[in-house]
Amino acid sequence: MTAPPRTFTFHVDGKVVSANSGQTIMDACDQAGIYIPRLCDVEGLVPQGSCRVCTVKVDGFTVAACTHPAQANQWVEHATAEIEMYRRDLVLMLFHEGNHLCPCCEASGRCELQAMAYRLGISQDQQYPYLQPTRPLDTSHPDIALDNNRCILCGRCIRASRDIDKKNIFEYVGRGINKRIGVNGDSLADTDAEIDDYAMDRGVCPVGCIIRKYEGFFAPYGERQFDKAPIGHDIENQSQPDQLNTEPCKEGDS
Amino acid sequence: MNPVKEKIIRNACQRYANNKSRLIDILWEIQDHLHGIDSEAMTQIAQLTGTFRVEVEGVVSFYAFFSSSPKGKIVIRLCDDIVDRLAGLHHLLAICRTVLGIQPGETTTDGRFTLETTPCIGMCDQAPAALINDTVFPSLTPAKLGGLLSELQQGKSPESLVSNFGDGNNGHAAIKSSVNNNIRLTGPILLSEHLAEAGLKQALNMSPAAVRGLIENSKLRGRGGAGYPIGKKLNTAAKTVASHRYVICNADEGEPGTFKDRVLLTEKADCLIEGLTIAAYAIGAKDGILYLRAEYRYLHQYLNEVLDKRRQHNLLGNDISGSGFSFDLRIQLGAGAYICGEESALISSCEGRRGEPTNRPPFPAETGYMGYPTVVNNVETLCNLPPIVANGDAWFRHFGTQESTGTKLLSISGDCLRPGVYEVEFGIKLQEVLELAGAEDTAAVQVGGASGTMINRDQFNRRISFEDMPTAGAIISFSSQRNILDIADYYLHFFIEESCGYCTPCRVGNVFMKKALDKIRHGQGDPADIRYLKELGKTIIATSRCGLGHTSPNPVLSTISHFPLVYAALVKDHNDGLKAGFSIQEALDEARRIAKRRSLIYDPTYED
Repeated sequence: MTAPPRTFTFHVDGKVVSANSGQTIMDACDQAGIYIPRLCDVEGLVPQGSCRVCTVKVDGFTVAACTHPAQANQWVEHATAEIEMYRRDLVLMLFHEGNHLCPCCEASGRCELQAMAYRLGISQDQQYPYLQPTRPLDTSHPDIALDNNRCILCGRCIRASRDIDKKNIFEYVGRGINKRIGVNGDSLADTDAEIDDYAMDRGVCPVGCIIRKYEGFFAPYGERQFDKAPIGHDIENQSQPDQLNTEPCKEGDS
Repeated sequence: MNPVKEKIIRNACQRYANNKSRLIDILWEIQDHLHGIDSEAMTQIAQLTGTFRVEVEGVVSFYAFFSSSPKGKIVIRLCDDIVDRLAGLHHLLAICRTVLGIQPGETTTDGRFTLETTPCIGMCDQAPAALINDTVFPSLTPAKLGGLLSELQQGKSPESLVSNFGDGNNGHAAIKSSVNNNIRLTGPILLSEHLAEAGLKQALNMSPAAVRGLIENSKLRGRGGAGYPIGKKLNTAAKTVASHRYVICNADEGEPGTFKDRVLLTEKADCLIEGLTIAAYAIGAKDGILYLRAEYRYLHQYLNEVLDKRRQHNLLGNDISGSGFSFDLRIQLGAGAYICGEESALISSCEGRRGEPTNRPPFPAETGYMGYPTVVNNVETLCNLPPIVANGDAWFRHFGTQESTGTKLLSISGDCLRPGVYEVEFGIKLQEVLELAGAEDTAAVQVGGASGTMINRDQFNRRISFEDMPTAGAIISFSSQRNILDIADYYLHFFIEESCGYCTPCRVGNVFMKKALDKIRHGQGDPADIRYLKELGKTIIATSRCGLGHTSPNPVLSTISHFPLVYAALVKDHNDGLKAGFSIQEALDEARRIAKRRSLIYDPTYED
């Protein structure tokens, strides 16, 4: 260990937030009960800043809050109309890039993409075109199926497998709009993937791409993860319990 | 596995000490011998280099010059740049179709020929051009290409078909290329003769800090486009505490319409390496890399010879010229990825990984190649260092403007009489540049390549400088006969091909922009589509992770603002309540095909 962490403050939408050196903007905001929307970042994995949903403005420049270091006295814009528009656009891009048919998706109700759309006020399709990918399903593994058409390329499974399981089952292959998640073999059955791997944990894949066989639709409507409170409420709730939004999420098309 | 194949792969890995950070070199050797890197090969490479097969696949599938399925023994890559498109690329494609019977992306059934299109190969001054394996064939005509193809079919090798060598070093025994330099205007700094090694000699007599001070005082800024002060970059790297430091020359000149680094690499290679050595001395680096784009592989052998000669003359290696300073470098060949021109992506590529940019901070000057402080500079930037050190910072500041000192190499192409490389002082008006190049009847100029902006006649009096109109040097002139929207469409196509796909806005947003632009081009757009393009462009620029996404909407946004009438003429209000551009036949096409219910009226290719 080097020198003890230095504590300083910075501003988020005018509010004073304190942070330690080495923390990202998102870490500091999480601690302060300010929820910055995110999809590719999740507790316990190294942040990578690829989905860009956590975009904030720092001293006038847009950056990803999950990777950008917090610095003393910086001025962060987070819940402004402009930033919220960017976030909606990004979430919509992910919806339209893949096939996200919420009503028939096993992940519905615990899907972070769906929950994020509700949180950001998206309830129907917009002017973006649907790209409708037709990538083959990988059902080769006895306990796990992969539907790459629902993947949002957050890379959480890659990091979980590489850094926690030490297995490197997943990695990005291809580039540009043809980029997708590849597996370490001809199919998932060729790899040493196991259902108990952390990468296959329900908290890792934010959408319905990694499917645990034989346990679909395990939670009834009303009891699913985001049925009772919107995504992010746990972070907001910890220091400002009165702001918890208890209105249940509506079920519907994407 | 086939023992011959197994041995090729084993040898390739061994040549680079089974080191996974040299994966790009290993893959090149295997691609050259086996014409593809299949899953068996990937598994073996992963075993030998101690990595995972999926990581090898990630790298193979990232670079355009590698492929997992076998390519033909002869790969024909037609340059698909806007200048090549306007110069008749489609005629060349037609000849390939007729003679070889294949479309782009296909391989002949006998496995001999593969046809591809590839973004700018750096030959816009002699378009249309093609790469056949590593050999460049510039200034093609359909008849010429037809002749080449039939000779190749008779079994001749591509390099044996080069009949006339180009000017200058293009005729050198290690190059033997028909590429021409097309140097149209020489200036006082880059394209004129200086006393060889005077800058290096002078630098070695100074302290590294004094060399950095001199470069800082010259106010030299990076020539790759961003214009970052070089002195500042060198100081950051020198002052970061580390056991190693690196200097890298960025010769991944991929911006469509740029080709001046090609000329510097051909004619000023010694000056370039001298500049890189000065930079290494200034920051205390012992090792360097020259990252050469795959499209310039025809210069690879020549550049290696230049390095060898410098080693023989004690200008590289241990104790350079008896100064006690040691420095050497290797050439890293790229493999076809525009994004590797971005410095952090270039470093990823040098480390044998997918050429994806990294998050900043930290900046490469603090944490770069293998985690060490690394200074990455463009070819042209480095070629400035020897004359600056030899002649002093005051001499250099004498050229150019207050904020943009020195000269700039421009790559001028498109509709003009004298396409080529021009060395001009910063501050020159675009109008003067167009006159030099003989660009008459110019209606629009794309300044700065794909990531630049398209400007109209009202702005031809703007000056090329960091203060007014910064550019890495690509100037493409378009006459009033050209369709502005076709040009914008080409640039979007380019960015979709070249996006690394790491972040959402660049990966997805550019595809959406192209779809909306297509709609307008086909006369199905309404005024709301222009607003949509502007808003979408704004989101892509604001939220993308690196310079590619920060600039990819520019060609569309700048044509919307500078050529509004072109757009206005194509969009109209649709008040029928139907979504403009919606075609019921198209929407039902897949279902009709599955159900075998084709229409005699709507399906011109109807077959029972």
